[in-house]
Amino acid sequence: MQSSRPGPVILILATAIALFLLMPLIAVVPVSFTPARFLSMPSGTLSLRHYQALIDNPQWGQSILLSLRIGILSSAIATSLATLFGLGIWMFQPRFSALMIGFVLLPLVVPPVVSAMTLYFLMTALSSVNNWIGYDTWLGVALAHAVMITPFAVVLILVALYQVDRRIDLAARGLGANLATRALKIIIPNIKFGIATAALLSFVLSWEEIGVTLFITSVNAITLPRLMWMGLRDNIDPAIAAISVVLIIVTAVILGIRIFIERRGAAQQQ
Amino acid sequence: MIGKSATSRKILLLAPLLLFLGLAYAVPFFGVVRWSFTLPEPGIGQYRAVFTDPLVQSVFIRTLRICLVVTAASLIAAYAIAYVWVRGNSLQRMLAEFCILVPFWISVLTRAFGWLAMLSNRGLINTWLQSAGIISEPLALARNELGVIIGMTHFLIPFAVFPIASAMRSIDERVLLAARGMGASRTRIFWTVFVPLTYGGLIGAALIVFVFALGFFVTPAILGGGRSVMVAELVYLRIFQSPDWGLGAAISVVLVVFIGVLLTLMRRFIKPAHLVG
Repeated sequence: MQSSRPGPVILILATAIALFLLMPLIAVVPVSFTPARFLSMPSGTLSLRHYQALIDNPQWGQSILLSLRIGILSSAIATSLATLFGLGIWMFQPRFSALMIGFVLLPLVVPPVVSAMTLYFLMTALSSVNNWIGYDTWLGVALAHAVMITPFAVVLILVALYQVDRRIDLAARGLGANLATRALKIIIPNIKFGIATAALLSFVLSWEEIGVTLFITSVNAITLPRLMWMGLRDNIDPAIAAISVVLIIVTAVILGIRIFIERRGAAQQQ
Repeated sequence: MIGKSATSRKILLLAPLLLFLGLAYAVPFFGVVRWSFTLPEPGIGQYRAVFTDPLVQSVFIRTLRICLVVTAASLIAAYAIAYVWVRGNSLQRMLAEFCILVPFWISVLTRAFGWLAMLSNRGLINTWLQSAGIISEPLALARNELGVIIGMTHFLIPFAVFPIASAMRSIDERVLLAARGMGASRTRIFWTVFVPLTYGGLIGAALIVFVFALGFFVTPAILGGGRSVMVAELVYLRIFQSPDWGLGAAISVVLVVFIGVLLTLMRRFIKPAHLVG
């Protein structure tokens, strides 16, 4: 390793890029304290009015609750489907595995706008037959998010499965364990940190999803990103800066939890 | 139990997700394909429009131009920071990881807004430059193509870092030691041994970044301010502002075919695990 530590040129370049990566996240902090009604740097006085607005305007609270509900449901759907699928691929190594994995990864590689149109088509079709799941309903959004985040969950769970030693499963099988016992008692306990990471990332992805949500909601199912979008498009509302600061802090905490989960996982594997 | 044979148990595990995505994704996609051939009237008129309409053409050309610039910029930036992430000392590695992962996990909206806060007329850069007396009028940094390129590059750097870092990690240290033992300088080792060994990762990164950039929607819509419309935003506008679903659908189909061909040709360079960090 010590044979080629980064030299000064690459260190300077990397430092500049690191600053570039962090800059926009830092820039929202001063803007969130501006006393003005428009996007600007505070000059002289600082104000908490935009944080106050987050509390005073019930829309923010409502959309946060809605996004939480949608995130939990869609993450639960995506993680369970992905876990079953991953177990099937790993335990049976079926023919056409690559093809099936390729198929379930489609929502990840197809441009988001095409997925959005596809799901818009689905939602309008569903709306014409029922009032519960469809265009501009929270269950519809949860369904659409589940479609979009499942590929991420599949990748994370497959990565976790490929690290499992096949011989422990063979041993269980040799001792007469049936499929359910092998899955529940042997394999799942070995990938539980992978599943937890998949559930967490799925939740975060749903919580942040905007591309598809924009196409399938109008006035009822206003998720948090959708509400932020409305404040960004027309006259930029500095309350967006305040909510952004809150979100950056929340994300940092979740990232900390993820690293904690992975450390636990790594510690347990040793 | 429905069946004790291996086949039926296999189906029990694999079918739920395949069915779910088949019904909720594949089938509706064919609905979009149908729109492209039937709206507003049956025929291939919309496809003819995609390939001849000057407005659509100019959007496609702008999109390709932006994607190429963004891909090149992201690769260079990602290579430098990935190098420090993989080969730096433990403090450098930790700092690099932090700078890569924190933006990766933060929502695209927050990041686009952050760039508005940096680049807009009353944003950080213009406020500083003006109060320092360097400029009198704010520079036009956002709400144009420059803003789009900056915002997209920022979004895509982490996606380029993962495959590149993975390629760097799998380099056999002994090859570098051998080059050094034979008297090659650090610079020479880097350019003639190290970099060529990461070509696979670079191509994978370029593909991921290019494909993601092609379908980008949120960042250009916010940072381009409607003046620098890219293909994905054009689809959105065709559906929600000038209801022309047929054209929006036809552009979508063309985009999917293009990306499908690209990824099929280059599939050996893509590793799914690189997409999630």
